[in-house]
Amino acid sequence: MSAKINQWKNFSKGLIKENPALVLMLGMCPTLAVTSSAFNGLGMGLATTFVLVLSNMLISAIKTQVPDKVRIPCFIVVIAAFVTVVDLLIKGFLPALGESLGVFIPLIVVNCIVLGRAEAFASKNGVFSSLLDGLGMGLGFTLALTVLGIIREALGAGAFFGNKFIDGDGIIVFILAPGAFIVLGFLVALVRNLSKKN
Amino acid sequence: MEYIILIISAILVNNIVFAQTLGICPFLGVSSKISSSVGMGAAVVFVITLATLVTFLLNQYVLVPLELGFLQTIVYILVIAALVQMVEIILKKVSPSLYSALGIFLPLITTNCAVLGVALLVIQKQFNLLQSVVYGFSTAVGFGLALVIMAGIREQLELQSVPKGMKGSPITLVTAGILALAFMGFANLV
Repeated sequence: MSAKINQWKNFSKGLIKENPALVLMLGMCPTLAVTSSAFNGLGMGLATTFVLVLSNMLISAIKTQVPDKVRIPCFIVVIAAFVTVVDLLIKGFLPALGESLGVFIPLIVVNCIVLGRAEAFASKNGVFSSLLDGLGMGLGFTLALTVLGIIREALGAGAFFGNKFIDGDGIIVFILAPGAFIVLGFLVALVRNLSKKN
Repeated sequence: MEYIILIISAILVNNIVFAQTLGICPFLGVSSKISSSVGMGAAVVFVITLATLVTFLLNQYVLVPLELGFLQTIVYILVIAALVQMVEIILKKVSPSLYSALGIFLPLITTNCAVLGVALLVIQKQFNLLQSVVYGFSTAVGFGLALVIMAGIREQLELQSVPKGMKGSPITLVTAGILALAFMGFANLV
C-alpha cells in the first residue's frame, strides 16, 4: 500500500507543490515566450512532457552503464535525440504549431527542467518511478503554460483557445513580451500565497 | 550602414531578453548584483560570438553538404558544451585573472538558451558569416546590457518595502515586464 502512495507522490508533486514553472522557476524561457495563446502553451507543454517522460525513462534505464564523470554530456545527448524526434513529429503532423513555436522546439534541449529531472531524479530512481516523475513534472509544466496562455490570450486578444469573445483587439501588450513577464509575476505570487495557506 | 542597423536592432529593438525572452534563467539568477552581472555578461559575449562562428561554419561546410540537417540540435548542443569547456581550459592557462573573474559563470553558460537560440536563429534568418558573427556579438551585448540594468534596479529594490506576497521572484518578474515595456519604445528606431 505504501509503495502505491509513494508512486502517487512521484507523480503528483510536479502538478502544484513542486510545479516546475511556478514554484521551482525552471524552464522560464519557453514559459514566457510561447504562451501568447493558450493553444501554443498547451502544445509546448505537451512537447516538453513527451521529451521529459522518454528521457527520464531512458536515462534511468542506462544509469548504471554511464560513467559518473561524463553523465551530463550523455544526458544531454539523450535529451537532444528525443527533442529532434519531437521536432520532426511536430513539423510533420502539426505544421501550424511548429510555425508558431519555431526555434523554441529545439530549445527544449536547454530547458533546465529536463536536465534537472534527469540529474535529480532519473539518475537515482527506477524506470517506472522516473516515468511517473517525468509525467507529473511535464503535466505541471503544461498546466502552468496553459493557464498563462489562457490569461494572456484573454487579456491580449480577447479570445479563448482562438475563439474571440469580444469585438476588436484586446490589450495587445499582454501578448507581447512585457505582458508575459507581468502576468507570470502575478501568477507566481498567487500560487505561492495559496500554497502557503494550505 | 547595414551592419550598424543590425547591431542597433540586436541590442535595443530586438533585445534578446526583453523582446525575445531568451536566456531568462541566468537573467533572473545572476542579476542581483552589478559586479556579478558584468562578469556574466562578459562571459556570455565571449561564448555566444565564438559559438555562433563555429556552429555557422559547421552547418555550412559539414551538415548541409552531408544532408545531416536533422542532426542540427544534437550537434549544436555538443559543440556549445565542448566550446564552453575549451574556453574554460584555455582561459585558465592564458589569463588566470580573467578566468577567476568569470569564475562559476562559464560552466553555467552551456544551459543558457540564448547561446543555442542565437546559433539556431542565424541559420533561420539566412545570414552570411559576417552578419552571423556581428548578430551574435551584438545580441550578447544586449543580454549583458539587460543584465546590468536589471542588477542596478534590483540593488535599489532591496531597500524598498515590497508587499509581502510579491517579494522575491514575483516582483523581479514584474520589474522585468516594465523594463520590457520601456524597451518597446525602441521599436521604431530602425
